[in-house]
Amino acid sequence: MTHHYFPHTADDIREMLGRCGMSELGELYADVPADVRLKGDYNLPKGRSEKEIRDFFNGLGRRNRSLTCFAGAGFYHHYTPSVIPYILSRSEFLTAYTPYQPEISQGTLQYIFEYQSMMSRLTGMEVSNASMYDGATATAEAMMMAVSASRKRDRVLISATVSQAVRRVVATYVRYHGIKLDEIAEADGVSLREDMEAKLADGDVAAVIVATPNFYGIAEDYSGWADVCHKAKALLIMNCVPADLALLKSPGEWGADIACGDAQSLGMPLRYGGPYLGFLCASKALIRKMPGRIVGATTDADGRRTFVLTLQAREQHIRRDKATSNICSNQGLMALHTVVYLSLLGDDGLREVAMQGLNGAHYLASQLEATGRMRLSFPGQPFVNEFAMDTDFEVADLEALCLERDILCGVRIAPRRILIAVTEMQTREDMDRLVETVKKMKS
Amino acid sequence: MNKEYYGKLIYELSREGRRGASLPDNATPDALASVPSALLRKDAPGLPEVDEPAVVRHYTNMSANNFGVDTGFYPLGSCTMKYNPKINEEIAAHPAFADLHPLQPVSTVQGALEAYWTLQKALSEIGGMSEFTLNPFAGAHGELTGLMVIRAYHASRGDSKRVKVIVPDSAHGTNPASAAVAGLKVVEVKSLPDGTVDIEALRPLLDDTVAAMMMTNPNTAGIFEHGVKEIAEMVHEAGALMYYDGANLNPMLGVARPGDMGFDVMHINLHKTFSTPHGGGGPGSGPVGVRKGLEQFLPEPRVCRQADGTFVLTGDSDESLGCISATLGNFGVQLRALAYIMSLGADGMKMAGPLATLNANYVKESLRDLYLLPLDKVCKHEFVFDGLRDKSTGVTTLDVAKRLLDFGFHAPTIYFPLLFHESLMIEPTETESRETLDAFINVMRDIAKEAAENPEVVKSAPHTTPVGRPDDTAAALNPVVTYDDLKAAES
Repeated sequence: MTHHYFPHTADDIREMLGRCGMSELGELYADVPADVRLKGDYNLPKGRSEKEIRDFFNGLGRRNRSLTCFAGAGFYHHYTPSVIPYILSRSEFLTAYTPYQPEISQGTLQYIFEYQSMMSRLTGMEVSNASMYDGATATAEAMMMAVSASRKRDRVLISATVSQAVRRVVATYVRYHGIKLDEIAEADGVSLREDMEAKLADGDVAAVIVATPNFYGIAEDYSGWADVCHKAKALLIMNCVPADLALLKSPGEWGADIACGDAQSLGMPLRYGGPYLGFLCASKALIRKMPGRIVGATTDADGRRTFVLTLQAREQHIRRDKATSNICSNQGLMALHTVVYLSLLGDDGLREVAMQGLNGAHYLASQLEATGRMRLSFPGQPFVNEFAMDTDFEVADLEALCLERDILCGVRIAPRRILIAVTEMQTREDMDRLVETVKKMKS
Repeated sequence: MNKEYYGKLIYELSREGRRGASLPDNATPDALASVPSALLRKDAPGLPEVDEPAVVRHYTNMSANNFGVDTGFYPLGSCTMKYNPKINEEIAAHPAFADLHPLQPVSTVQGALEAYWTLQKALSEIGGMSEFTLNPFAGAHGELTGLMVIRAYHASRGDSKRVKVIVPDSAHGTNPASAAVAGLKVVEVKSLPDGTVDIEALRPLLDDTVAAMMMTNPNTAGIFEHGVKEIAEMVHEAGALMYYDGANLNPMLGVARPGDMGFDVMHINLHKTFSTPHGGGGPGSGPVGVRKGLEQFLPEPRVCRQADGTFVLTGDSDESLGCISATLGNFGVQLRALAYIMSLGADGMKMAGPLATLNANYVKESLRDLYLLPLDKVCKHEFVFDGLRDKSTGVTTLDVAKRLLDFGFHAPTIYFPLLFHESLMIEPTETESRETLDAFINVMRDIAKEAAENPEVVKSAPHTTPVGRPDDTAAALNPVVTYDDLKAAES
C-alpha cells in the first residue's frame, strides 16, 4: 500500500533494505520479542481520504453551537484580525521547532524577543520568558519559582479572589511539590488585607498570589501590598488579564515581583480551551530563577545583531533534576500570535479593546439592574469588563432560556450568582437581547 | 531581500499615530470615571504603532530567516520532525470549533467532546492503554501528570514511602526535571555498553521506596530495550509502576504497544508521533494514558461517553490527582492529531513505524565508514554517531552541525544523549524520500572530506546563513532580553 504522506516506492524499500543487508521490513524489528509485538492491526478504521475527513469534522461541527458569548471567567471572546492566522500559517514559523540552531532560526528568535519586549512593557516588569502553557500553569510555575528563590520557605498564600480554575491547578502543583498553600479570605469581592498580613506574620511565606482584575472582574486596590510582602521577605505574584492592562495599573506599578497569567485575552480564538498562552514576567533580579526559554540579543562574528536562547543553564536539558522547571516545549506559535496582535493594535487599539469592554460591561450591568431581577453582587466595587450579579431566579433557568435564543449568558458561580463578561464582540443589540430575556424570567 | 532595510525590530518601525487594526464599536457610554484613578496605569504601555501592510511585511521577512520542515530536511533527533499535513490546519481552524467557550454547557459542544473522546480512544488503542487524558499541554507536562497519577495510586494504597523514580542515565533531561517537580527523588540506573538498561544494576535499586521506573523504548540512542518485559516484571514485583515516555513512540507505530511491553502509565507527544506542527517550540500536546485500574487517578475534567451516546464532563472524584490545566488542553492540537490518525488509519499506521526505522538505518549504514558509530546495532527511528571517525582534524560535532546549515539541512540534535562526548543524533522520519536522504548523506560525506582537507571551512561555518555563529557568552554574561535593554546597550 502507499499513503500520500510516505514517499517510498516498492523499489526504494527493497534497495534501501539492501544497503542494510536485509530483504524485509520485519528484519528491522528482529530485536522486538514476539510476546510484546502487536498481533495484526490496530482496532482502528482504515485510512480515509481528505474529503472523508472533512465530512467527518463538518459533521462534528454541526453538533456544536456558536453562541453570542457573555461568558468570561478567564477566557474572553475578542476579535482576531485576519493578519494573524495568515502570518501564523507561514510554514517557516509553523513547522520549525525550538530554535536550537540560531543561524537559521532568527525568525523565531526575533519574534520571541519582540514578545518579551512587549509583555515586559505591558506588565510593567523588566523581563519575560518565551512563554508557558496556560495562565493556570504559569501561575503554578510562578509559585514554584518564588519558593525556589526563597530557598527555605515553603508556604504560599493565594487570594480567594483568584480564579477558581487557577487555584485548582496551583493546588495540584502544591500538593505534589511539597508546599503549603493558604487562602487569603475575601470580603465584598476583594482580598482581605488584614487576613493576608496575619497569615504572613505566621512566617515562612515565600509568595503571595493575587489577581488583577480579580475573578469577579474587580480592579482591587493593592496599595502597600508589595511593601508588606517584601518586609516579610515574600514575593508578590500578580495574575493578570493582559487586555485590561491597557487601562489598569500594571503589576510593575503595584510593585509585584512576578506577573503571570493567560494571554488569551489578546485576541486568541476561544477554540474550546486552547491553544492559549501562559506568560511569566519578573524583575531582572529573578531572571536566573525563571522557568522556560529566554531569548537574548548578542552579535555574530561580523558584529550583526543576532538573537539566541540564553541563560540555558537554568533549564532541564542541562540541570536535569535541579532545573528551575521541567518545561521544554512551550506555546511558541502563540507568542507569535501575541506579538502580531499587539503590533497591529498598538497602545491605542488595545486601549480601545479595554474601553469597549469596560463601557459595555457598565452599560449591560445597569440595564440588568434596571430589570429589578438582578443586582450587582459587590455594588461600589470598580469593575472592568466583567461583573458578578445576584439573581432572584435560578441562573440555570436563565441559561436554558438564553440557549433557546443562541445566547451564552455568562458563567454560573452559584445557583443564584452569575459572572458576565463583555468585549468589543457583543453589540449593544446583543446586550439588549440578554436584558429582554432576563425580563421574561419567571421568579 | 535587503536584510539591512527589512531586518529591523517592530519597535524600530513604530511611528506615533499609526495603527494596524480596525475594531467593531459597541457604542456604549464612556464609563472610565467609574474606576478610581489610583487604579489606572499612569502611562500607555508603549506598544509599537505600525500600519497593517508594514506588520505583514515585517513578519513575512522574518519568516524568511527561519527554517521549518516545509523548508527542508530536519533530522533533529528525538523531535520527530515529520511532515505536518495541511488538511490538519484546515480542521484546526474550522469555524465550528473556533468560537467555543471552554465553559459552554456540554449540550452545546457535543461535537468537540466527541472529537476529544474519539482521539482518546484511538490513542488508547495505539498505546495499549485503558484511557487517556488529553489535558496536558506538552510532553514534559504529560510526564509530570503521569508521575502525579503514580503518586496518587500509591497514596490510595496508603503507601507513602515511595519517593524515588528510577531513570536510565541516557534519559532526556525532562524525566528527572519532571520527577523533581512532582516531588520525587531521582535515582539513575546505568546503561550497558550496548546502550540498554543494565538489568543487574537495576536489581539492587528496586525496593519499597521506589514509586516508578521511567523509560523510553526505543531509548534515546534509538536502541530497542529488548529486556523491557523482564524489567517490568522486576519493577512490578517491587510494587512500583512502569512509566513510558512517549517521545520515541514513532518507530513502534504498527509494531508494538507500550501497554503490551508492561507499562502502566505513558504519555504521547502529539507534535512528534502524530504530526502536529512544532510551531517554533509549541504548542504541543502531551496526552497521558493509563492501564486498566488506574483511570480514576487521571486529572479532571474527564470526558465520558454515556450509554445514550452523549458526552459529559466529570470532575469531582476524590481519587483523581486534581486539575493540571484550566481547560481540556490544547484542543486545536488535538483536532490536528485526530485528522492525522484518520488519514493514516490502521493500514497507514502499520507502515509509519517501519518506514521511519528503515530511513534511519539507511542513513546510518551509508555514513558509518566516516562517522563513529558507538552502538553497532539495528536502530529504530534514530541513531547516534559519536562525531567524525577521524578525530585528528579537530572538527567537532558542533562544526559538522553548523556546516550542514550551509547546504540547506537542519542540523541533527547535538551533544545529546550524554552517553557520548560528540553525540550527533539523527532522526529522519518516515516522510523523507530516498532522494532527500541521499542528498543529506552526500553532504555529510563531503563535510567529512572537508574536515580532513580544509578543516577551517567547517570550523568557521555556517557561511551562507542570515547571521553567523552568535556570541553566546556575551548573551549570558549581560542578558539583553527586551527592546528597552537593547536600546540601553546600543546607546
